[in-house]
Amino acid sequence: MKVTETPPAVPAPRSPVRTTDVAAGEPAKSSEGKVLNVFSHGVLIIWAVLVVMPLLWAVMSSFKSDDSILSTPWQLPDRLHFENWTRAWTQAHMGDYFLNTLLVVGGSLVGTLLLGSMAAYVLARFDFPGNRFVYFLFIGGMSFPIILALVPLFFVMNNMGLLNTVHGLILVYIAYSLPFTVFFLTSFFRTLPTSIAEAAMLDGASHTRTFFQVMLPMAKPGLISVGIFNFLGQWNQYMLPTVLNTDPDGKVLSQGLVELATSQGYKGDWSGLFAGLVMAMLPVLAAYVVFQRQVVAGLTAGALK
Amino acid sequence: MQHGKYRFIAGFLAAPLALYAIFVIWPFAQSIYYSFTDWTGLSPDFQMVGFDNYSRMLDDEIFWKSLQHSVLLVLLLPLVTLGLALFFAFMLNVGGRRRKGAAIAGVRGSSFYKIAYFFPQVLSIVIVALLFQFAFNPTSGMLNATLKSIGAKSLQPDWLGDPDLALYCVMVVLIWSTVGFFVVLFSAGMASIPKDFYEAALLDGASRITTFFKITLPLLWDTVQSGWVYMGILALGVEAFTAVQVMTVGPGGPDYSTTVLPLYVYQTAFRDAQAGYATTIGVGLLIVTMLFAAVVMRLGRRERLEF
Repeated sequence: MKVTETPPAVPAPRSPVRTTDVAAGEPAKSSEGKVLNVFSHGVLIIWAVLVVMPLLWAVMSSFKSDDSILSTPWQLPDRLHFENWTRAWTQAHMGDYFLNTLLVVGGSLVGTLLLGSMAAYVLARFDFPGNRFVYFLFIGGMSFPIILALVPLFFVMNNMGLLNTVHGLILVYIAYSLPFTVFFLTSFFRTLPTSIAEAAMLDGASHTRTFFQVMLPMAKPGLISVGIFNFLGQWNQYMLPTVLNTDPDGKVLSQGLVELATSQGYKGDWSGLFAGLVMAMLPVLAAYVVFQRQVVAGLTAGALK
Repeated sequence: MQHGKYRFIAGFLAAPLALYAIFVIWPFAQSIYYSFTDWTGLSPDFQMVGFDNYSRMLDDEIFWKSLQHSVLLVLLLPLVTLGLALFFAFMLNVGGRRRKGAAIAGVRGSSFYKIAYFFPQVLSIVIVALLFQFAFNPTSGMLNATLKSIGAKSLQPDWLGDPDLALYCVMVVLIWSTVGFFVVLFSAGMASIPKDFYEAALLDGASRITTFFKITLPLLWDTVQSGWVYMGILALGVEAFTAVQVMTVGPGGPDYSTTVLPLYVYQTAFRDAQAGYATTIGVGLLIVTMLFAAVVMRLGRRERLEF
């Protein structure tokens, strides 16, 4: 590009950034670039609006009265109806659903990371008969349709007395998060240097101690990525609890929202529903905006492997 | 030492493997077995019925409808989503004004776009589906209100209530919620393609559209292909199930116009109490999934380009 564009005969910089290569000799190329620029901003803005609008609209609607949501969906609220929020939090049990979800996801996230990293470490670092078999057994689980296993799983849980219990749900979440976690962490442990672990072993540390005190701290970036991935997956989980956790008191957030939508639909309490939706939406969005870089890295890490 | 090593391996693998075997492998194995029985799920007795469930499935009109919808999703969703994502990512990376002699440049504010586009990815598909369910509401939804306000009073579709439109409404929701993820993914891939390639091509007189097809796409092919598999599994799996289950009337309606295979499995097992037959449909779904993955792998096989 630089070669064909001789120093500008007509110095006409349209913006301060493009000074040197205003294509005087090639007006066609230059205008192609400009048209493209306008065009690309155009389509990019349209999609940004399409993505952000529904979310903003939900936030706005959560502060409106039921009448105005239905009759004038685009109008700003006459005043901020905070009572929608309190109604959703207490009467619609959003508070309880939050607590249940926190409990389940907290337990299963710790369990997934601990068990996943243990299995991944052994599979990545030790040669033993059956290593490949166990590895492929784990990663095979990534591509099977979960719904197929769900029917028998319901009865397995029932027989073990784990149906509609928090610990039962935690165990199932862990089990279904293991394939990706093991897959991701195995390749992560392979990239870590072996020399430090060997040094620790020479100093007399046991395998277990080496893992917990040397390898796990070194694997922190990988654990954060896969942790974010699992956190979002488990926090947003809907299908597993719908089948395995039908006790009204033990519902998690996504079930509670569907429940809320059904019941508020009958009652016509739309504002309460939007307050509930926004309540569930904002913490995750806020966390995403703050930890943007880590979240994107965590979610795209698997696909780039 | 050697003894200690094996004890350590066994100790570390025991708990994860046990959990995985009990809650994942064992149910999978059982489901294949149950697909040959007439088990209701309610009582512990059942009989082997051979291939009865399978022949019943082939005569089941709703099964064929669900299959048709699932196949439509598998064909259209990846195509539209990945197409849009590639387009937006390309715009982000080469749509900028040229500065300081660079042949191509990203648009200004590309990080802002990427942050906004990624929003739906962190939200639960349940939230997204509920939000859109309301937007599609024919009397008070956002869409018809907009149509009314721009003067299209006669054009007030029923959206999710219209059997011809409902499935496409579900599709729009799934596309809306996944495009951003791939924009970010592809954008990262495009940023790692050396700029000289574009410079050389533009110097030779290639247009930007040509550079997309001749440079960007071939070098990004691996990522596109894994995105294709990912979208296909999504279209046959949990996300499609959730969107249909939450959004549509019935769910699966109106008049079975939106049932997809996972939803049909779920309904047969837990609503109709035909656990045995449900696993048969589940095996059908497994076969479709594996066929899809095989086709993508085969079609997508190209020589890997290193750069």
